[in-house]
Amino acid sequence: MSAVEELSCQELVELVTDYLEHALEPGDLRRSEEHIAACGKCTVYLRQMRQTIMVTGALPGGEISAEAEQQLLQVFSGWSST
Amino acid sequence: MRYGRQVLDRDDAALVAALRARDDATFTQLVREWNASMLRVAQIFVPSRAIAEEVVQETWLRVLNALDRFEGRSSLKTWVFRILVNTAKTRAQREGRVVPFSSLRDPGRVPESAVDPDRFRPEDDERYPGHWSSPPRELPEEQLLAAETQAVVERAIAALPASQASVISLRDVQGWSAEEVCNALDITEVNQRVLLHRARAKVRQALEDYLAPETG
Repeated sequence: MSAVEELSCQELVELVTDYLEHALEPGDLRRSEEHIAACGKCTVYLRQMRQTIMVTGALPGGEISAEAEQQLLQVFSGWSST
Repeated sequence: MRYGRQVLDRDDAALVAALRARDDATFTQLVREWNASMLRVAQIFVPSRAIAEEVVQETWLRVLNALDRFEGRSSLKTWVFRILVNTAKTRAQREGRVVPFSSLRDPGRVPESAVDPDRFRPEDDERYPGHWSSPPRELPEEQLLAAETQAVVERAIAALPASQASVISLRDVQGWSAEEVCNALDITEVNQRVLLHRARAKVRQALEDYLAPETG
């Protein structure tokens, strides 16, 4: 049985996160690696997941608004004076 | 993996000591570092951004009042986020909202495909069942970091169920480790990965739709 027959593309895409998180059982890890090595389309898919993580990681983290920061500092100064 | 946003290199004991000494610079630093994450997590439980902001305020007050009881058995971050989750759950109950415990505790209960099943050959396909019929379309590398692309990703995250949005935000935007997310949300590693998997799959699809739209 060839690598792409042993594990289908549809199954592979569901294992991609566990693969990237190093959470696959040895058997699934072997099947996934063999499938990716033999399947250009899933190689593209895996690359896109890495690109997705990279793009998401480049997003600004979200600055706190001056107003919200002021309100929280009031919470702090209220507590400080107790 | 990025740790760039974890700028606090003082250890927890030093942070707690500074807070106990009423050092508002330390408080401001923590607030700036964690606020976006705290709002995300609060919004798993409460229905609006405005209420999430109130939950964050209430959380900080509870944190400060409980500071003398912090024993360092978990990290300060985990401790603060556990208080946040409890505060948010209490607030959600008061708002009469059904708290979506299952979205965190049992996210795999409702099956969800990473990729539209129609993009694969059917199970009864003679030669290649479950193999791509509509394969992923290559993303143009040079557009990945464009402002418009980032806006697409931000919209895709905003459209996710709150539990998925929180996990992808903490992991991939804020750079938390899997372990930190599991501890803060009190969820298992498996459930953390399920939520991350679904979130990333939808963001990938949004990127593909935007950067490499289907032709014809």
